[in-house]
Amino acid sequence: MKIYDARYVLIGLAIFVGLFTIPFWYNMGRAVPPPDPKLDTPVIQQMAVKQCVLPLAEIRTGHMQLLNDWRTWVVRDGLRTYVAADGKTYNMSLQNTCMDCHSNKTQFCDQCHIYAGLEAGTVPYCWTCHIAPKENQ
Amino acid sequence: MLERALTGDKRYYRWLMFLLVLMGLGFASYLYQFNKGLTITGLSRDVSWGFYIAQFTFLVGVAASAVMVVLPYYLHNVKVFGKITILGEFLAIASVTMCLLFIIVDLGKPMRLLNVLLYPTPNSILFWDMVVLNGYLFLNLLIGWNVLEAERKGVHYPNWVKPLIYISIPWAVSIHTVTAFLYAGLPGRHYWLTAIMAARFLASAFASGPALLILLAFLVKKYTKFDPGKEAIDKLSQIITYAMIISLFFVGLEVFTAFYSNIPSHMEAIEYLFFGIHGHGRLVPFMWLFLILAIVALVLLINPNTRKQEKTLKIACLATFFSMWLEKGLGLVIAGFIPNPFNEVREYAPTIPELMIAIGVWATGFFVLTILYKIATSVKEETAPSI
Amino acid sequence: METSRRNFLKISGVCALGLTALPVADVFGESDLPKAIKNPQALTGQHWAMVVDMKKCWEKGKEGCKDCILACHAVHNVPDIGSIKEEIKWIWTNHYENVFPGQENEYNVKNLEGRPFIALCNHCTNPPCVRVCPTQATFKRPEDGIVMMDFHRCIGCRYCMAGCPYGARSFNWRDPRPFIKTELNMRFPTRERGVVEKCNFCAERLAEGLLPACVEACKVGALSFGDLADPNSVVRKLLASHFTMRRKPELGTQPNVYYIV
Repeated sequence: MKIYDARYVLIGLAIFVGLFTIPFWYNMGRAVPPPDPKLDTPVIQQMAVKQCVLPLAEIRTGHMQLLNDWRTWVVRDGLRTYVAADGKTYNMSLQNTCMDCHSNKTQFCDQCHIYAGLEAGTVPYCWTCHIAPKENQ
Repeated sequence: MLERALTGDKRYYRWLMFLLVLMGLGFASYLYQFNKGLTITGLSRDVSWGFYIAQFTFLVGVAASAVMVVLPYYLHNVKVFGKITILGEFLAIASVTMCLLFIIVDLGKPMRLLNVLLYPTPNSILFWDMVVLNGYLFLNLLIGWNVLEAERKGVHYPNWVKPLIYISIPWAVSIHTVTAFLYAGLPGRHYWLTAIMAARFLASAFASGPALLILLAFLVKKYTKFDPGKEAIDKLSQIITYAMIISLFFVGLEVFTAFYSNIPSHMEAIEYLFFGIHGHGRLVPFMWLFLILAIVALVLLINPNTRKQEKTLKIACLATFFSMWLEKGLGLVIAGFIPNPFNEVREYAPTIPELMIAIGVWATGFFVLTILYKIATSVKEETAPSI
Repeated sequence: METSRRNFLKISGVCALGLTALPVADVFGESDLPKAIKNPQALTGQHWAMVVDMKKCWEKGKEGCKDCILACHAVHNVPDIGSIKEEIKWIWTNHYENVFPGQENEYNVKNLEGRPFIALCNHCTNPPCVRVCPTQATFKRPEDGIVMMDFHRCIGCRYCMAGCPYGARSFNWRDPRPFIKTELNMRFPTRERGVVEKCNFCAERLAEGLLPACVEACKVGALSFGDLADPNSVVRKLLASHFTMRRKPELGTQPNVYYIV
């Protein structure tokens, strides 16, 4: 088999592969510490049973879906109380409920979001409208 | 066929470079708007749509006007339009592209644009406008491309294109009707609340669109070996004449209804446009310029001698295009917001970055148009019987 | 099988289209989710409405009182941009001839001249803003008639602002945060650049069993809020015993804010 214009094709391919893999080159040799979300807020420490609205595994992988559902229920359906699997009820509010416990956005939310390469404070863009808790740093 | 756009003389590349520079300036201005928000425009709480939406409205008309060559050619077998039809279709493609860009630059949250598809809302006219505009773009791309490709190969275009051509005719009418409905169905915006809005839009479109097409045809004739034909231009100029007369007649109808009924809310916008109210009259000179240009165009068009002469016809076309641009692309949208719902006058004027963005969009449209016309004229030159 | 480049491209195109069907499959794959319910302490009504008693406001209120406006704008983190062009307001005042244009005559204006009339979103029964919105970012709640804004969904096309005949809608031409002059209410979000906002009849307060902030803030009781579907509600009683006006009734929007003059 003969490749027409092999030289140009190969150079083009090399450039493409180089550009496509830029994230790898960009981060190469850089040690990024693993995320370490902190749960040591005053509210959480006072809890007898340290339980989030969903079991750990579910909230860890599905918090974005849960927040999206909460948003729809509150804003569009006018339902504001969440009934968890254990029958406990919560006021569905990122700003008021989630952040009442997790009052340490920089030590909690941002830890994983930044590790995952999301732009801090910009993606996910919750905090352009919702007011982040005041942290004493 | 696309490769024909890559070969051209120096003038061709220089023109493209010029457009690219304008596009770059427009894009830079858009980045500025993207970062700062629409605060960099002259828009306000009271005049919440302005230059962008006005250009959009006007260009929907230019796009729709392709039907003025497509319909006679394909339905009535008007042979003289055979050569110019492709120019009309490609003009439509460039215009719709500009329309879509003007909508995007007007959005406060452009990255959420696809919400319109994600949450389709049939009760919103804007949803339907999105449907018909995109549909029209694809129709013209498919038709124009296939017909031209068939011509290049010296065969008849595929049979499946024919139904698309027939669909494109009412579809062209639909894009401007739906765009008129954006305005004509709003309670409390008296200048827009008129049953003849769609008719007015179509009439002015069928004047301004073919006027631009004639000017483009002259340019094509000058710079390429492809001649769209004197007969086609004659026929088009007749269409413009009728459309221009009807257009001004419709404007007259609006004036009569507002002033004979003497209902203040119906008169105020027109008074604002032509005389100014409450001491505000920023658009007054533009509206009188519209009237003067329209009269010049009419005089030159109605008189068969000046209509048939190339020089005077060009002036008539320019006058038609700019008068309609002033009336529809400026006055109509802005005056709909004046006075505001509190009977106060808050005026609007576009800012420099706003104009730069608009110029960038126009340059993009002309870039697309140049590429498409280059392809079309190259094919036409190749297939023309050598003398 | 021989395949040309053209066919290959065609098939890839169709496959790419097929990928867009994934979200549909996701919907069907969803399991039963925990329930969301209404707050038990919420105020409920089928048809919220407000009666504004301008007489009370002028006669009993102190000159230049802005209690209702300040309360609303503080509770909802409404910015003060400081320019008429980009003004954002949920509840405000304007003159009689501006709030009821065309209703003035040279004699009644003399009596009403300079008198502030309170204006806010009318939460129309037939809201044109909802009719025109291309994404349902503004919508009418079926259960109680409040015209709501979904700030997450708004694309900022401003068609609703063209549609609203009452000038009730404001657009965030720039980032509003630096312009919030009141103390930030940490319990309510702000808005961001590029979305439209307006009065929400305090949907968030009703859910907690509270009356709208403006109603609560008015010391002379000029603002009344209640359910039109309930014959014993305060608004129904006021409407039965007073002559009231609505803004631009001829447009058929059926405003739910009534004025006693």
